[in-house]
Amino acid sequence: MLEEMRLDENIVLMGEEVGYYQGAYKVTQGLLEEFGSDRVVDTPIAEAGFAGIGIGAAMVGLRPIIEFMTWNFSFVAFDQIVQNAAKLYQMSAGQLQVPIVFRGPNGAAKQVSSQHSHAVEAFYTHVPGLWVCAPATPRDAKGLLKAAIRDNNPVIFLEGETLYGIKGEVPEVEEDEIIPIGKAAVAREGTDATIVTWGSPYYTSLAAAERLAGAGIECEIIDMRSLRPLDMETVLQSVRKTNRCVVVHEHWPYAGPGAEIVDGIQRDAMDHLDAPILRVTGQDVPMPYATNLEENVLPTEARVEEAVKQVCYRQ
Amino acid sequence: MAAQKDTLLARYKDMFRIRRFEEEAARGYAKGKIGGFLHLYIGQESIAVGASATLKPDDYVFQTYRDHGTAIARGTSTRAAMAELYGKDPGISRGLGGSMHFFDPANGFYGGYGIIGGHVALAAGAAFKSKYKKEGTVSMCFFGEGATNIGGFHEGASLAGLWKLPMVLVCENNTYAMGTPFSRTSPVEDITKKAAGYGMASDRFDGHDVQEVEARIGAAVELARSGGGPTLIEILTYRFRGHSMSDPGKYRTSQEVEERKKRDPLKVTKTQLESLGCSEDEILALENQVEEEIADAVQFAEEAPPARHDVMERSVYAPSNYVYPPVGQP
Ligand SMILES: Cc1ncc(C[n+]2csc(CCOP(=O)(O)OP(=O)(O)O)c2C)c(N)n1
Repeated sequence: MLEEMRLDENIVLMGEEVGYYQGAYKVTQGLLEEFGSDRVVDTPIAEAGFAGIGIGAAMVGLRPIIEFMTWNFSFVAFDQIVQNAAKLYQMSAGQLQVPIVFRGPNGAAKQVSSQHSHAVEAFYTHVPGLWVCAPATPRDAKGLLKAAIRDNNPVIFLEGETLYGIKGEVPEVEEDEIIPIGKAAVAREGTDATIVTWGSPYYTSLAAAERLAGAGIECEIIDMRSLRPLDMETVLQSVRKTNRCVVVHEHWPYAGPGAEIVDGIQRDAMDHLDAPILRVTGQDVPMPYATNLEENVLPTEARVEEAVKQVCYRQ
Repeated sequence: MAAQKDTLLARYKDMFRIRRFEEEAARGYAKGKIGGFLHLYIGQESIAVGASATLKPDDYVFQTYRDHGTAIARGTSTRAAMAELYGKDPGISRGLGGSMHFFDPANGFYGGYGIIGGHVALAAGAAFKSKYKKEGTVSMCFFGEGATNIGGFHEGASLAGLWKLPMVLVCENNTYAMGTPFSRTSPVEDITKKAAGYGMASDRFDGHDVQEVEARIGAAVELARSGGGPTLIEILTYRFRGHSMSDPGKYRTSQEVEERKKRDPLKVTKTQLESLGCSEDEILALENQVEEEIADAVQFAEEAPPARHDVMERSVYAPSNYVYPPVGQP
């Protein structure tokens, strides 16, 4: 954000505690000092209001970044995002653009219970007019965020709440690396089964793949990085090679991008499949508080391992 | 005088219970026995206790995530409350809700809510039912000053005012919404100015004196109960701890906190008790009873069985077993 804000004064940042408090998760640390309170704007708790203000400002030329303290609080702004941000371009027959980024932490943290644990991608990928990104690595987060800020459409940018502590190399300013929206990555090569995933469960999948390698099963991991548009080409290429696939995601199993990916595979790679595609997802319940329950509601390494063995008929 | 002393002693005990419950909760959190977000009410106990004293058992109470104090003041047992924080099966929400989501309708406590604003409309809904059924009950909704800018509050208050619902809206203005002082998020300093727009009565006062809280909220409750419509009350208070356990509170000076602690509602009440002729020993005896109760609650929570998977799965949907009441019956 810092790098992009230095390039264009039309980029403003708005949200709860983004300024003086330096961000509820310290994501915006130092921005207030550099850019001042006209550009780094602390808002009252009024998500529908400041999402709408962001959209309105974007319609007439600014490029706002709106931070939701967590995506759980975006639901009170759902109307603005779905009814206005997503539709204005088409509704106005292309006369108005809404270059805006909505970003914030997504998914369960630890034991924050049912109202604070949503993985929201299924809600937002449903809507034509929105792009949806869900990076897992620091490098992708940086490159994708730059792409999102430079895009002329509203972008839903989902940062895994449990991933803020992950460290990794990121390219220098001069490299200006942009990760295009809608391009998946092959995060691990393998020949026996494909795991398709994104966000926090990417790390669960990596760990499961390491353990499976010990059992002689080499998984290929596709990190989707963006969920709308979906890079089905990369997924299909992998599945045509491995002939088996497990989709791992945190959101509820009922509908959503997980199901969409399965649909794409069965349609375009049917002849290559040696086993039904399985999904490992968050369980179909509101998130419970108790840690013994929460642990099993989230997709676990063990469940990923089991599913991969199952598609490989190794059980 | 004797009656006043006994009443005040009872209030003191109720406040002390909440204080000690939360101090132990903080310790449990530090030890990793309690997880998630833990928002403490320490410093605001006079409001939960004073307000609850004005209510009847079948009145409806709604609170935010900062809900332990209000639930306990309503009658939630400290055992069930502590077990909830520990994520155990005998918890008041069976370990499914945790700190932010206590539910105890049997004691007239309709929940702790995690999303700011929405529960104001829910509380107005309970008041709507009360009026519709001519119950004579009152719905009381607590929220922070930070909630007064959001749509849920505004729309709930608008409808409560329009339909003259039997409701009391209690804004616990504890000066900070997370790290943000109210002055930076509201164009008006006095929240009760909004009451005019909702066509409702209002009141505004300091919250450290439990007797005053009881008297002033009591008047609003009576107004609501007698058909006079809702009141918006702003109570000026202060939380002594961080917003939640993860907040170090760097946005305020320790001097400021110390200054406010001079008006600690427990201290204030203790002084009042002394001037009513209460002895050290009398107060100490009461405190010891509470200490025992809290120690028991902690032990109960420690030893209780864990939250259950089948309860979680069974409680996603309610059973479809509604039958219409016989004709002519409510
Ligand atoms: C709609 C929504 N936005 C943001 C949050 C995150 N949040 C939780 S508490 C809080 C501050 C609330 O302050 P206040 O209303 O004054 O109540 P207090 O915590 O001081 O009791 C914020 C911003 C939320 N829970 N819901």
